[in-house]
Amino acid sequence: MSKLRVGMAQIDARLGDLEANVRAHRQLLAQARGEGVDLLVFPELGLTGYMLQDLNAEVAMRADDPRLLDLAEAAGPDLSMVVGFVEESADHRLYVAAALLEEGRVAHVVRKAYLPSYGLFDERRFFGGGEVLRAVDSRLGLRMGISICEDFWHLGVPLLHAFDGAHVLVNISSSPGRDVAAAVEGGLGTAESWRPLLRTYAMLTGSYVVFVNRVGVEESVTFWGGSEVVDPGGQSAYRAPLHDEGLFVVEIDTDEVRRQRVATPLMRDERPELLLRQLERVIRSGGGLPDDTWPGG
Amino acid sequence: MPWELPEELLIDTSMARRIIVRFIRSHMDQTGFDRAVLGLSGGIDSALVAYLAAEAIGPANLLCLLMPYRTSSPASRVDAEAVVAELGCAAKVIEITPLVDGYFDRALASSDKPSHLRLGNFAARARMAVLFDHSAAWNGLVLGTSNKTESLLGYTTIFGDNAAALQPIGDLFKSQVRQLSVAVGVPDAILRKAPTADLWAGQTDEQEVGLSYAEIDRILHWLVDRRRGRDGLRAMGFEPANIVRVERLIAGSEFKRQMAPVAKLSLRTPGVDYLYPRRRPGPSG
Repeated sequence: MSKLRVGMAQIDARLGDLEANVRAHRQLLAQARGEGVDLLVFPELGLTGYMLQDLNAEVAMRADDPRLLDLAEAAGPDLSMVVGFVEESADHRLYVAAALLEEGRVAHVVRKAYLPSYGLFDERRFFGGGEVLRAVDSRLGLRMGISICEDFWHLGVPLLHAFDGAHVLVNISSSPGRDVAAAVEGGLGTAESWRPLLRTYAMLTGSYVVFVNRVGVEESVTFWGGSEVVDPGGQSAYRAPLHDEGLFVVEIDTDEVRRQRVATPLMRDERPELLLRQLERVIRSGGGLPDDTWPGG
Repeated sequence: MPWELPEELLIDTSMARRIIVRFIRSHMDQTGFDRAVLGLSGGIDSALVAYLAAEAIGPANLLCLLMPYRTSSPASRVDAEAVVAELGCAAKVIEITPLVDGYFDRALASSDKPSHLRLGNFAARARMAVLFDHSAAWNGLVLGTSNKTESLLGYTTIFGDNAAALQPIGDLFKSQVRQLSVAVGVPDAILRKAPTADLWAGQTDEQEVGLSYAEIDRILHWLVDRRRGRDGLRAMGFEPANIVRVERLIAGSEFKRQMAPVAKLSLRTPGVDYLYPRRRPGPSG
């Protein structure tokens, strides 16, 4: 048995107020340490708030920003932490980013690859899209596929993370709730639309899925929380309430990854070379785009 | 009830209530206000907002202003007072007759009477002025009471009844306002009566538009929320004339739902390419 205590920091954030959010992170960190949490996950842009617009540059941090390092320091030697922030790269591009903080340092930074810019979203106006998809090693002895909100609405992301050896898929989100139709189970369409994704990715990759979504209100939208951990068999290990702020902790057994993969070796039977060959063929022959994409044939 | 709730418009009322209550509470918190003020007409929209606001911030922090004009129905006032009594919130009656008549007495020749349009718009803006004056006096945010149906149809006075700090029910069609009002316990008399701008005796919204709210809301739902398009709605059996009518009202009132365009001259223009959230921290220290 290999137990791991996962803390879902289902927090609100103060829009544009880095200092206040850092304080809130520290408070929750202290609480999580008291509860023996091994992996503490905060939501997307938890350090800055989501609807930043032109505040994006004002709250941006380099990956070696002392405020991140201080948080990493505060996490101590026994706790790994994922936080969401705006990263400014060496060439001054701004990214929606996640940092894995452990052993007193910024171990890894992951940039959001897929930026929604439709409906109520306008992320591509304000941010660049990440160019790298990879799993990262954690001191916890696990490889983690860290993704940010919309990344999970693109099949390639969890698949690539699984190919790259992830045992745990961590998705941090600021998902705005919408569709309160009576016909929707649970009363909130957005929440219901996420559940099958989490479950399917867990089952198909034989991995734990850790989904942490924020709460609170910014402008017109209300973030719905409902953070969840799903085990490699697709069963929900813990589901946090909708809309309520708090630290929610669940103990998981990482041996479950092995058991599931031995019993149902889907990733063993995956054929990345086959996919790659066929993907290259599809791209060569027009990338699935309609004929009128290529004037003159 | 004397109205129909179309199946496709039904909402999860406990979820909608929870989101709106938190929305109000959160904006109060973000803006540093503890109190709110709204205009209570005796109709269903403002009654619903009053119930939700009382739940969000406590009735003692809510000021309801009753602002009758001399032609307003006495029944409206009775219904508004019933809401105040039920909620136990603060309330005040301010007659807008001297404001409105005082203006038109001076603005018009003595033999002229203002049109319904001018009178209605002026009354709405007089109420707005009174509400925002009380925003300062009561130290509270002005809560809007507009719903999605009247917003999309443009059945509203720009800078009048659509002026507010927050619009808690602005994304609910009238039918959904009715459904949620039943759920939160708005008095029966308010639920049952025909919606009216209450400008003259016997006026009702549905008579003026010529369609029932159930019909309008269904058209709006399929047209706007579900993007079915005119042909799609025809195929669903909606009367073509009604679809066109509603489409025309929507198109003709886009300006009421947006800020006025600023003539672009500089490098950075508010609302164009200077984009910030409504509340943000200033420099510290």
